[in-house]
Formats: sequence, structure tokens, C-alpha cells
Amino acid sequence: MTPTSMTNSPGGGMTLATRRDPAWMGRVFWFLAAIVIAWPMLVATEFKPWVLFEPSSLKPTLKFLGDFVPPKLEPGFLTMVAKETWRTVAIATAGIAIAFLIAVPLAIISIRVLSVSALTGRMNLLPASVRYAARTIAILLRSVPELIWALVFVRVVGLGPTAGVLAIALTYGGMLGKVYAEILESGEPHATTSLLRNGSGRLQAFFYGLLPQNSAELTSYTVYRWECAIRSSAVLGFVGAGGLGQQMDTSMKMFAGAEVATMLLVFIALVWIADYASAWLRKALA
Amino acid sequence: MTSKTPSAANETYRLPKRLFDARCKACWFVFGLLCLTVASFATLDLQLGKIFSADSAARMGKFLLELTSPTADPAFLRKLWVATFETFAMSLVGTAIAATLGLLLALPASKTHDADPARGRGVTRLLLNALRSIPELMWAALLLISAGLGPFAGTLALGLHTAGVLGRLFAEAIENAPQNAAFALRARGVSEGRVFLYATLPQVLPQLMSYTLYRWENNIRAAAVLGVVGGGGLGQMLSFHMGLFQMPETSSILIAMMLLVALVDVASYGARRVMQR
Amino acid sequence: MKIALSGIGSRHPAAKPDSVPAIRNVSVAIKEGEQIAVIGASGSGKTTLLHVIACALKPSAGHLNLGERDPWSLSTRELQALRGRLFLAPQTPPLPPRQRVVTAVLAGRLPQKSFIASVKSLFYPSDIPGAEMALARFDIAEKLFDRVDRLSGGERQRVGLARALASNASLFLVDEPLSALDPTRSKQAISSLTEAARERGATLVCTLHQVETALTSFPRIIGMKDGAVAFDLPATQVTREMLHALYANKLDELNAPMPMSDELAQPAAPAVMHCR
Repeated sequence: MTPTSMTNSPGGGMTLATRRDPAWMGRVFWFLAAIVIAWPMLVATEFKPWVLFEPSSLKPTLKFLGDFVPPKLEPGFLTMVAKETWRTVAIATAGIAIAFLIAVPLAIISIRVLSVSALTGRMNLLPASVRYAARTIAILLRSVPELIWALVFVRVVGLGPTAGVLAIALTYGGMLGKVYAEILESGEPHATTSLLRNGSGRLQAFFYGLLPQNSAELTSYTVYRWECAIRSSAVLGFVGAGGLGQQMDTSMKMFAGAEVATMLLVFIALVWIADYASAWLRKALA
Repeated sequence: MTSKTPSAANETYRLPKRLFDARCKACWFVFGLLCLTVASFATLDLQLGKIFSADSAARMGKFLLELTSPTADPAFLRKLWVATFETFAMSLVGTAIAATLGLLLALPASKTHDADPARGRGVTRLLLNALRSIPELMWAALLLISAGLGPFAGTLALGLHTAGVLGRLFAEAIENAPQNAAFALRARGVSEGRVFLYATLPQVLPQLMSYTLYRWENNIRAAAVLGVVGGGGLGQMLSFHMGLFQMPETSSILIAMMLLVALVDVASYGARRVMQR
Repeated sequence: MKIALSGIGSRHPAAKPDSVPAIRNVSVAIKEGEQIAVIGASGSGKTTLLHVIACALKPSAGHLNLGERDPWSLSTRELQALRGRLFLAPQTPPLPPRQRVVTAVLAGRLPQKSFIASVKSLFYPSDIPGAEMALARFDIAEKLFDRVDRLSGGERQRVGLARALASNASLFLVDEPLSALDPTRSKQAISSLTEAARERGATLVCTLHQVETALTSFPRIIGMKDGAVAFDLPATQVTREMLHALYANKLDELNAPMPMSDELAQPAAPAVMHCR
């Protein structure tokens, strides 16, 4: 089955110029290139799967996993987990609420559709630069991961939920602001511009033209973000922002498999509930 | 109630719809959300006052000022370069693992045609959901026990979480693929594996690739912070230097992170453009 | 392959059990190597008939015999082997858009290939000359290494027919092979198809909208109406009146075949949201 044996002319009566597959050399090249690229990557990530099966790491792993069954179900522990779960949800919700307050002005300022000067030709320099600045702020806020904001705030305001709320508020504020602006600008601007042309103010045009047009999409995106924030807030616990993550971190450091198992199950359930709730609401709005 | 005498100022049907309707499910949900928000603020004991105090504002300002003065010490930059490459490699290898594992799990998780019994569908979907709902950082913390500190734990963590995400998306893509090509092969008694390779896969491959690239953009951001729990790369350096309050180094690391993220975004965008041709 | 249908009735798999069947009480005997055209207005059950013969649809009534055997009493393995000897060509060519023509044509040989050989053929096409010869019969050999989505609708349809010829089937069941072809191409395609079937002694059952082509190219014509056989005659005995009766209420279809859309099926992308 070598390529060269393919170039014989077919046995039938027809005489056709038979060809080799022109893509073959390309395929061989990309295959070799993939190996050449993958090799240093695997070295850099210390990709040694057999490490997982060495007795020195397999033994603690099995012991830890063995501890998972049965999960810890003492009433005292469960109350604590319930309290921390609520804290996780509360951090996410409060964070999203503040993020909303940051995002709305950013979005309204940065929408071009609401520009009065742009109605008659180009936008003036001052409003253009203000819009540009609002956009830049949103992008900057968003480009720093919430975990890094949390590290910063833990150092400024100390350990606790405040750092988590602020971290989520800033990152998600940037994200929401950017996406809100995108959603509001994606629609048909006709209704809004005609309001502006008839002499209504920018906010009036926003509330009567843009907002009703896009409210369902805006709500569903916000709810989806809330779902994301719940995952984030659990993760932020690992750097000391409180909630389920922080408890999990402590339990993991003590190799308390049963406690970790309980919290993992609770967390998975929490994510699923948030997932279903937000999917349900998005469907109800559509 | 429904008398036709026009005594009311507005006839009932001309009144605007009531804002809150007890039968409107979305209204109840929004109401619940409001309650949730109020309760959250009430129970959290937030010291927001503290953050807006002069003292903390000054500290915050100093902090941010220090963050904008990066160091360019050659020895440090060399270390930074190694960590940056490590982060990049983690994201790439993690995504590759996820795409492979995701595809392997998506096959039993999808019902490809009407007569397909799809026996493993429920179990596989449950597994995918479990993989997906645990964030990368939690996976990394869990995997430290068996993979040890370092980039390998981070890579596996990225791989496992993303496999859950991609597996579900892949399964949906496979289930939604047009049926006619697969039907023609199935009608000739071709086995399911080969039907997938010759009919379904060539149809969904562009979609699978674009999902994978999106997740790669996502994973570079995750890989940058995984080190905070010991998963290697830039994050590990960041938490080390920030813990020692070495602000110039921290600043350089943050800049490296942003550049890396931007680079991967551009690369992924370019790759998606090439694939659309 | 010999075919015998007696009293066959069948309905679409999605239809309710008490609905009107798509075909009913169809009894036809087809000898080995025979070439038959099935004509009739749209919705008369032509495609369902092909699907029943192809063992893609289990008849709800009657008896089907393929090569002296009842396919639905065979074991799964034997049934799959039997299906490998049939070739069902749907009206829309079942070609994945981003597959190359050579791969799409060679996919017709999958039933006779091992799994390993099939995978290998994805990396290097196993029989380029064979694929090229099949394509040359329909005058599109130069598209051998092109991607399917770069072809026109008519070219895709001819690739679909070339796939049939590349397969080693002994029974061809072809659904509307000419719907996207112009008259000249139609004539050439149908003569290539009948000639190739004759060469290898394969049975050919072909549904057609083009009544003229059916009458000139096929010795035997089956007319379908409302799911039943209206007539089953040599082509020379089919009269103008019979055709008018067959296409009653749908005379426009008799004169102008329905055009086929040139669209390739594209998968619908589910909406994705990511948390970053």
C-alpha cells in the first residue's frame, strides 16, 4: 500500500492519467510539524502521566479518594457547609449587583448610537474621546482575571468576603459593560436615532428606544453571568475570599477526603441549580 | 366586573398590562433575584466603608502606583520568559487533552440516529456534567495530591474541566449534524465507527475546531492564574512575588500575562479565519 | 440480485401506526440484471419503495425477498452483509461538504473494507485510479481532489452517481439521479448508469421525474400513484393516456420536473456562552 504502487494505470480498458494524492506531502509536513511543536510543549508542562501511577503518588491519592466514601454528613459540619454555600452565593450575587452598577453607566456612555453629534456626520472630538475612554476602562477591568483582583484586595482589605465581592464586581463590571454595549449596538438603531432627531434627550432615547428593544437579551446575559459568578466566587475562596472554596482549601490541606467529598457534591449541586435556573429564565424570556 | 357600561375612565382592556402579574413566572424570578440580592448584602458583613476610607484609598493608590512600575532586571526577565512559555504550553497541551478526551466522551454521549439505543448516554452526560461543573482551579487543587506541585497538575486540571465543556458541545454538534450522509452509509451496513469517520466527522469538524479554539482562548486565561494554588506557570510566580509584596516583579508578571492573553487571542482568531476558507 | 415484493405496505418511521401508509399492497418481481424506472408524481411513494427494497425501512405488511432470502429474518450480521451488496443513492447526494471528492467516492466501498483499511484510506486514498475511473464515466474526473463544497449542485449529483459505480454493489437503487442536471448531462448520466449496471450484471431500480428519459432509457416502467402500483409495463406499452392518469392533478410535474435546491445541508450551530 505504498503511494508509488498507486500510480499504475488501472487494469480496465480506459487509459486515464492517474495521479498521486496532491495533499499527501502537506499532510506529512503538518504531521511532522505537529510533533516538532508538541515536543517542547510536553517538556515544558512536565507531562509525565506515569508519575500518577508511581506508588509515592498513587498511595496518597487512593487513600484520599478512599476517604471520599462515605462523605462527611455530621449535622454540625453540614450546617457549616450550608452557611459557607450561602456565603458563596451571596458573594456572587452582591458582586454581580455592584458589577451591574458599574456596567450600566459604562455601557450607556460608550454607545455610539446615543451620540447627538454623530446624527449629522462625524462625532465631535470630546464625546468621541469620552466614549473611547469608557470602552478602555471596561476592557481594562475585564482583562485582569478576578482571581488577581482578589489577590490585590485581600492585601488591601484583608481576608474575607469583601475582597471576593470587589474582585467579582470589577471584572464582571468590565465584562458586563462591554457586552451590554455590544448588545445595544447590534440592533437596528432606527428607533433610537429618530427619537434623538426629534429632540429627545439621550437618556430618554435610551429608555424608550434602545432598552425595550434589547431588554430580554440583556437580562438573559446578566443571569448567565450570575451563574458564572457563582463558580468564580467558589474559586476565589482558595485565595482567602471566604465561602465554600476557602473551606475546601482548608479541608484539602488536611487531606480530609470525606469533607472534600461533601463539599464537592454540594458545589456540583449548586452549579447545576444555577445552571437550570438560568436556562429556565432564558427560555421564559425568549 | 365585566359590565359594559363605560363608567370607568379607562376601559379595562385599554389599561396597560400590570407590571407585576402573579401568574408571570419571569416576574417571580426577578422578584426572587431582588430578594436574593438584598439578602446577600445583608448577611455578608461587607466593609465597603472601609474601602472608601482615606486610609485604604491611599493604600490602594500606592498599590496601584507600584503596579505600574515594572522591573526589567534581565535575570528576572529570563525566569519570567520560562514561566510565560510554561503557561502557554499548559494552555495548549491542556486544550489538546480536553479535545481528545471530549471527543472520546462525546461519542457515547450522543444519540446519532433514531434507532441508536445510546445506552451509555445518560451515564456519560452525567460524567461530562461533573467534569464541567468543577472549575479548573478546584481540579488543580485536587490534582496536587496525585500529580504534585507544578505545571503537570495545572495541565491536567485544564484538560479535565475543558473536556467536560467540550464533550457536551461536541455531543450536541454530533447530534445536530445533518443525517443524510450518515444514513446513506448506514443503509449499506457500514459499522457505526466508520459512519462517524466518513460521514459525521467531516461535517462537524469545523465546528469542533472552532469550539476548541474558543476554549483555548479561555484556557490561556485560566492557565495564567492556576499557579496560585500551585499549578505552575505565571500564576505561581505571581502569588510568590505578590506574597512578598515585591511590586515591580508583580507588575512585570501582570504585563506578561496580558501580552500572552492578547497573543493567544490573535492566534486563535487567525486560525479560525484560516479554517473558514 | 433478484427482488420479489408481495403485498408490501410501509409507512414512514415517524408516522403514527394508524396513519395512511406511504405505500400499500405493492407486488413486484424483478429479475437479476433488469433495469427499471419508477415514475409517478411527488408523494406517490417512489422513495419509500426504494427505502423498503434497500432494507432501510421495515415493511409493515407483506413479504420482501432479496436474492431468494427474506432480509428481515436474517441475523444482524447477515443483514449488514446483504446491505453491503445494495447501493441506495438518495436524491440529495449524501456527501459531507468538506470531504474531498476522492474520499466521498471511495466511501462507496466501505462495506467491503476492514476498519483498519477504512481508516488508512482517510490518510491516503486507497484506490485513486478506481475513483478516477468512476468519475470519468460522468465526465468529472478533473474534480478528483476538489472539496465537495466547491462543486456545483449538478457536479455533486454526478459525484454521488460515481460513488455508486465505485461500489461493488449488485443492486442499485437510485432516487432521482437527474434532478440537478441539465438535459444533455442527464442523457449522458443515465446512459453511463445503465451501461455500467449492464456491464456488471447488476440490477438497477431508478425513480425518475423525467418521464421522457425513463421511457427511452429503461425497458420496463413502473408507475406509482398514491402509494400503489398503477401500472407495470414494458416502456413501449406505456401510453400518453396512462401518463395523464398517473399525473392527474399534477400535470405540471409531468412536463417540468421539480428543481432541486443547490444548498448543502449545514449543521446548525448551538449557541455557546463561555464564562470568560
